[in-house]
Amino acid sequence: MHLLIIEDDREAAGWLVKGLKEAGHVADHAADGEEGLQMARDGDYDVLVVDRMMPKMDGLTVVRTLREEGDTTPALFLSALGDVEARVEGLRAGGDDYLAKPYAFAELLARVEGLGRRKTAEPVRTRLKVGDLEMDLLKREVSRAGEKILLQPREFKLLEYLMRNAGSVVTRTMLLENVWDYHFDPQTNVIDVHISRLRGKIDKGFDTPLLHTVRGAGYMLRAG
Amino acid sequence: MPRAPWTLRLLRTSTFRLAAVYLVVFALSVGAVLGYVYWQTLKLLDEQAEDTIAAEVQGIAEQYALNGAPGVMAVIKSRSRLDTGGLYLLTTPVGKRMAGNLRALPTVALTKPGWIEFAFGVETPGGLIKHRARAYYTRLKGGYHLIIGRDIQQLRQFGRIIRNTLIWALGLTGLLGIGGGLLLSRNFLRRIEAITATVRSIRAGKLARRVPVDGSGDELDRLSQALNDMLDQIERLMKGMREVSSNIAHDLRTPLNRLRSQAEDALRSGNPEEHRAALEKTIERADELLKTFNALLFIARAEAGQAARGFGEVDAAAVARDVAELYQPIIEDENGAFSLRAPDKATLAADRQLLAQALVNLLDNAVKYGRKGDAPPDIEMAVEADEHEVRLIVADRGPGIPPDQSEHVKDRFVRLDKSRSRPGSGLGLSLVASIASLHKGELKLEDNRPGLRAILKLPRMRA
Repeated sequence: MHLLIIEDDREAAGWLVKGLKEAGHVADHAADGEEGLQMARDGDYDVLVVDRMMPKMDGLTVVRTLREEGDTTPALFLSALGDVEARVEGLRAGGDDYLAKPYAFAELLARVEGLGRRKTAEPVRTRLKVGDLEMDLLKREVSRAGEKILLQPREFKLLEYLMRNAGSVVTRTMLLENVWDYHFDPQTNVIDVHISRLRGKIDKGFDTPLLHTVRGAGYMLRAG
Repeated sequence: MPRAPWTLRLLRTSTFRLAAVYLVVFALSVGAVLGYVYWQTLKLLDEQAEDTIAAEVQGIAEQYALNGAPGVMAVIKSRSRLDTGGLYLLTTPVGKRMAGNLRALPTVALTKPGWIEFAFGVETPGGLIKHRARAYYTRLKGGYHLIIGRDIQQLRQFGRIIRNTLIWALGLTGLLGIGGGLLLSRNFLRRIEAITATVRSIRAGKLARRVPVDGSGDELDRLSQALNDMLDQIERLMKGMREVSSNIAHDLRTPLNRLRSQAEDALRSGNPEEHRAALEKTIERADELLKTFNALLFIARAEAGQAARGFGEVDAAAVARDVAELYQPIIEDENGAFSLRAPDKATLAADRQLLAQALVNLLDNAVKYGRKGDAPPDIEMAVEADEHEVRLIVADRGPGIPPDQSEHVKDRFVRLDKSRSRPGSGLGLSLVASIASLHKGELKLEDNRPGLRAILKLPRMRA
């Protein structure tokens, strides 16, 4: 993936570029809003990572300007302003995701990769399939190896999100935000309990587990 | 600004102005009353004199009709001899005295019958002195002049005495009023100056100073008491702030020290596996510290009322059901009991994220601390709503919180576990309390007999 980091903190940007390269991506860096806007216009990027507070032009303006010009490249806002209101502002300006500083690199990577996938607009699907696990979105039914699995509504939503993001890491925060719509950090890892329940329903009694824990990052659903 | 001289400041006090206004009103009314009394008294005395004279004139006129001039002369002669204070004079048409105790006709114009006033001489041991007289003048048939009157010198003197008394009374009232006003103002000014002086010295840094209270309970005393209460409150808050700052320093130093020792320890060992484990642990600890910072920032912002934007209509019952669903598995995993009692709907103007966060914190507390020893948690959650407020309740069966601590635990970094061995930042309840105050509500911590009953009371404001 080709990424543009618009961030005035050079040290932080350096770590980001290095980490993304190690994860197999190509990342460019712009050190202020104006430069970032110019580079975003000229280059062909898959995802933009934009800091909100920057000299010359702030992140909100950069993304708003791009959107007004018809550029729909997914953008992830980074900000020290973590409250709900700031997040809503970011999304309103045309951002696609929002991550409060400080963040774990794994969190950022998972979100950026999620945004990159979204760019290749996926057709409306009525069935999801990961290995021998199948989900019928119309009938709201789940089965593994032809065997029906009964799920609670929230478990269904959780599994749907994991299946849509099959093969990539989803973090606990991403699950909290997308499955529960909570944008705060519960001090206890409640998500782990829900995952382990889901695991009990979809993996128990099968030889190959599908739901994997990725240490220091989150979870991943993948076949084999 | 240079201070005005003492007397000028005295005259400028509101008490003195009040006293002056009161004095003017009082003096005017006293003057009016005394004036009326004076006027009425004089009128009454004059009328009495005139009545007597009129009766005598009547009598003599009858005498004249019966016995003519000689009869009148006899009556006048006999009456003049009696010392009744009456004045009599009968003269011939040309003014020659025929009888009476007046020497001659007065010098006033005598043209037609009527009341006259004049001066006449009175023989005293000290010589001839002038007295005032009031009399009735008439002309008998035959041209005789008749004057019957009374010496009203005493009457006039009496009037003068009353007038003087009145003026003196008014003068004294004025003097006493001004003096009293000054005295009152001085007392008032002295007490105000005492308050001002105290405020000045507090501003100069002597924060323990208090305004003197004399215990009289008057308005100045009440003001002083209110000022002192305010100063006490400010001092308490400042003490709280100092406590928070030192708690922050302490609570952040401990994990930072651990983090440092751990890194140092890993550095000493040459084992790459240990390095890796230590680095992972370091990140974990740093994350915890950052969480603490975020929570502190959140509370600070909430206390400043900055996060209150964007409230909308929220169904607290639905929020409670969501949070219950999120937490139920955790409690069940520990073989605990959990129940939720909520109406179908309980809407209020709120922020859904903040309400959920508050409930998550309360549940988290209940799971962590709300149990006796190793017993499984027993948690009840409830939503109650009436027309005024919505109550979100989380109750456990744990050790509870002593009543005298129930306010204190809401402060930042306060943990009842003095050893601080159990997990937690000591910010959970502070966070909930600040969310409550953002919604103009409050967090109540009550005894669940046994256990803790945390009640988030939120008024049903308009969205």
